[in-house]
Amino acid sequence: MASVLRRSQTVLNSLCRRQFSASPDGNLTTHAGKSMNLYSAINQALHIALETDPRAYVFGEDVGFGGVFRCTTGLADRYGKDRVFNTPLCEQGIVGFGIGLAAMGNRAIAEIQFADYIYPAFDQIVNEAAKFRYRSGNQFNCGGLTIRAPYGAVGHGGHYHSQSPEAFFCHVPGIKVVIPRSPYQAKGLLLSCIRDENPVVFFEPKWLYRLAVEEVPEDDFMLPLSQADVIREGSDITLVGWGAQLSVMEQACIDAEKEGISCELIDLRTLLPWDKETVEASVRKTGRLLISHEAPVTGGFGAEISASIVERCFLRQGEQNINVLHVVRPFSSLHNPIHILLLCLCID
Amino acid sequence: MAFQVRKATTKIIPHFRNGMGFFLGPLEMGFFNSYSTHLRNTSFSAHKIGTRILGSENMPTHLFSRRFESIKVGKQLNCVNDDRDDQVLEFPGGKVKFTSQLSFIPDREEERIPCFRVLDDNGRPCMYSNFTQVSKEVAMKIYHDMVTLQTMDTIFYEAQRQGRISFYVTSLGEEAINVASAAALSLDDLIVPQYREAGVLIWRGFTLKEFASQCFGNKYDYCKGRQMPVHYGSKRHNYFTVASTIASQIPHAVGAAYSMKMDKKDACAVTYFGDGGTSEGDFHAALNFAAVLEAPVIFICRNNGWAISTPISDQFRSDGVVVKGQAYGVRSIRVDGNDALAVYNAVRAAREMAIQEQRPILIEALTYRAGHHTTSDDSTRYRPAQEMEWWRVAMDPVSRFRKWIESNGWWSNEAEAELRSRLRKQLLEEIQLAERSEKPPVADAFTDVYDVPPSNLQEQEKWLRKTIKTHPQDYPSNFPL
Ligand SMILES: Cc1ncc(C[n+]2csc(CCOP(=O)(O)OP(=O)(O)O)c2C)c(N)n1
Ligand SMILES: [Mg+2]
Repeated sequence: MASVLRRSQTVLNSLCRRQFSASPDGNLTTHAGKSMNLYSAINQALHIALETDPRAYVFGEDVGFGGVFRCTTGLADRYGKDRVFNTPLCEQGIVGFGIGLAAMGNRAIAEIQFADYIYPAFDQIVNEAAKFRYRSGNQFNCGGLTIRAPYGAVGHGGHYHSQSPEAFFCHVPGIKVVIPRSPYQAKGLLLSCIRDENPVVFFEPKWLYRLAVEEVPEDDFMLPLSQADVIREGSDITLVGWGAQLSVMEQACIDAEKEGISCELIDLRTLLPWDKETVEASVRKTGRLLISHEAPVTGGFGAEISASIVERCFLRQGEQNINVLHVVRPFSSLHNPIHILLLCLCID
Repeated sequence: MAFQVRKATTKIIPHFRNGMGFFLGPLEMGFFNSYSTHLRNTSFSAHKIGTRILGSENMPTHLFSRRFESIKVGKQLNCVNDDRDDQVLEFPGGKVKFTSQLSFIPDREEERIPCFRVLDDNGRPCMYSNFTQVSKEVAMKIYHDMVTLQTMDTIFYEAQRQGRISFYVTSLGEEAINVASAAALSLDDLIVPQYREAGVLIWRGFTLKEFASQCFGNKYDYCKGRQMPVHYGSKRHNYFTVASTIASQIPHAVGAAYSMKMDKKDACAVTYFGDGGTSEGDFHAALNFAAVLEAPVIFICRNNGWAISTPISDQFRSDGVVVKGQAYGVRSIRVDGNDALAVYNAVRAAREMAIQEQRPILIEALTYRAGHHTTSDDSTRYRPAQEMEWWRVAMDPVSRFRKWIESNGWWSNEAEAELRSRLRKQLLEEIQLAERSEKPPVADAFTDVYDVPPSNLQEQEKWLRKTIKTHPQDYPSNFPL
């Protein structure tokens, strides 16, 4: 057991040292721009959002001084305390306030300090934000609301600083759920979320806040929502993931390649509403699907993907030979390294 | 184990406040209540407290270390005999005076917060009341709209009993809060309602046809037939759409008010909720946010004594709702909710302060839910018939206001009879029309979930249409395809 843990720790460490890539060939990036980490990319997106829209507001716990992850650094100084401000420590208040602000035609960008603490706001997100437009017959909407929350394992967070709660929100029609995998993606997707006409929950992979570095254009750009991204092309198996888990999966693809397995890796990016077509097309080509996420496997979003793909590619068309595997990363801090072994197992 | 320890200490712990640094948690709150009567205006000596604590040695030290410290300090102070009361602590929020008196803030004042009223039970203006007189025109509209609400409630309630609509909620007994508060506001003020404030919409000109269309969920319903009856909403009337969820609308009013503040609007947000709603976290979150963010918002609590079958004695032990404002730094008033003139005056003053001073105001209106909770409820099972009868007859806000306009010579029996029969006739017509109108099309089930229907919803719509085609006999014919 100890040696197993040691081995996976080595894999993890090598991952951490590796510069993060967003390009299909696995090399350091192709986007012309400044080299920056993920939190700086988020910070830049927020600067642009506030700069380009006088009706944009950024608020949450400790947001005024820059936020505990530094994502809001410099915003209050630049755009004033009326537009970038601390709120009381109360998640249901933050989201409820944000809904009212957004309903008046503003871009309300709310920060929940950790995704682990988003649950007090669950009712406001599920019963209010998601249904605001529908229940009013489109007379009112809170589409200007974006809720940012750092999610996922960092290696020492235990139960309350590591959770990946995305599946809870993917069950809720009326909101969008978006998770970026890298600095470039984070900036482009966040700007799209902020400017989207629907409430969005945007989970940021906090493991990568400082770790992931890539070239990010300094200008104002957006990446499309509900469009998956094929990170690397392959012919033997399709791998689907999102957020920080993709860095692990990318390494697995490289390892599998050495053993002669050609992997196609897809970043879902938007989990709700998700891009079935891209995943379906890939699985039709490879005939195999592996889904991996950090969140618990039972009732996880992987189950939705595997059910939909089996239904589309297998049941409807009567195709054979589709194998679906569903792998998770447990969120106990001690067991973090184990998921990599699971991955190796799957590829075997 | 931990539980036992806590239990052993409850004799003394409940009387400590959070800020003193050794409050244990919600487990003790029940005891707080039962002991509170003995505690009023009493202070304990350090010696007494010391003995009791020393009696509970098996407590986890991390909870009690500060406690022992504070007692030691207390004893030292006594020895030096230095009990000057003029020393202060400079603390964020202002100077805090030190005191050598070990005394607790009482759980409540001896006297309850008084209730502002203008008209007495017989509709006579109280002497020396400093109220703003309403014009005849405004008074007549207030009365007209209260009677409209009362009549609409009676007829829609009947329609539900006959099975013509699925559900209904009356505002019986709360007509004055509804209409008179609306009268004191401007149309630019945003209404963020619960479900028992249809009178605000009446005041703003929402027509009986519009009410009927929503309750029958026909194609003229602005909510496109998606919600239960009485979940009204109208952009044109600056009235957010009602949700069934209790209290979840309250923080929205704060966000909206903040936007109005940023836009330097000459208007405020006004949110309504019940006594039951004040137990929800959203109420507390909203009051606190509004105070901290200095938002021009008026919180109007209709304290009607009941939350379905739960009496306020099971809801809270504070002196009602009005006292909760001060703890959050929110200016507050208690008003007689069955006195239209009092409600009108309180809301008018609140609005002026909210907008001029950019601050939140809390209004607690005392009233009574004279009807059942909803058409799904039979309140005779949990409250005495005499109680209901007394509020309905002796305390009825509509007749009280009528006495006042009659005493002014503005109203007569003939006018009354004419108004009521005209409204009745009009309502019966609207009900028939609304009932016969076409339902919203099936496509409306899938639109407005997002601004544009995404592919998954388009796919689901296709499935539904396919199913309708294969099972046409199961599809209700009054919903256009
Ligand atoms: C969050 C939530 N919990 C429970 C309910 C069920 N419910 C509907 S109305 C109600 C009582 C509300 O009482 P109050 O706030 O005093 O308003 P009133 O009906 O007296 O106007 C309850 C418990 C609900 N709608 N929402
Ligand atoms: Mg009530």
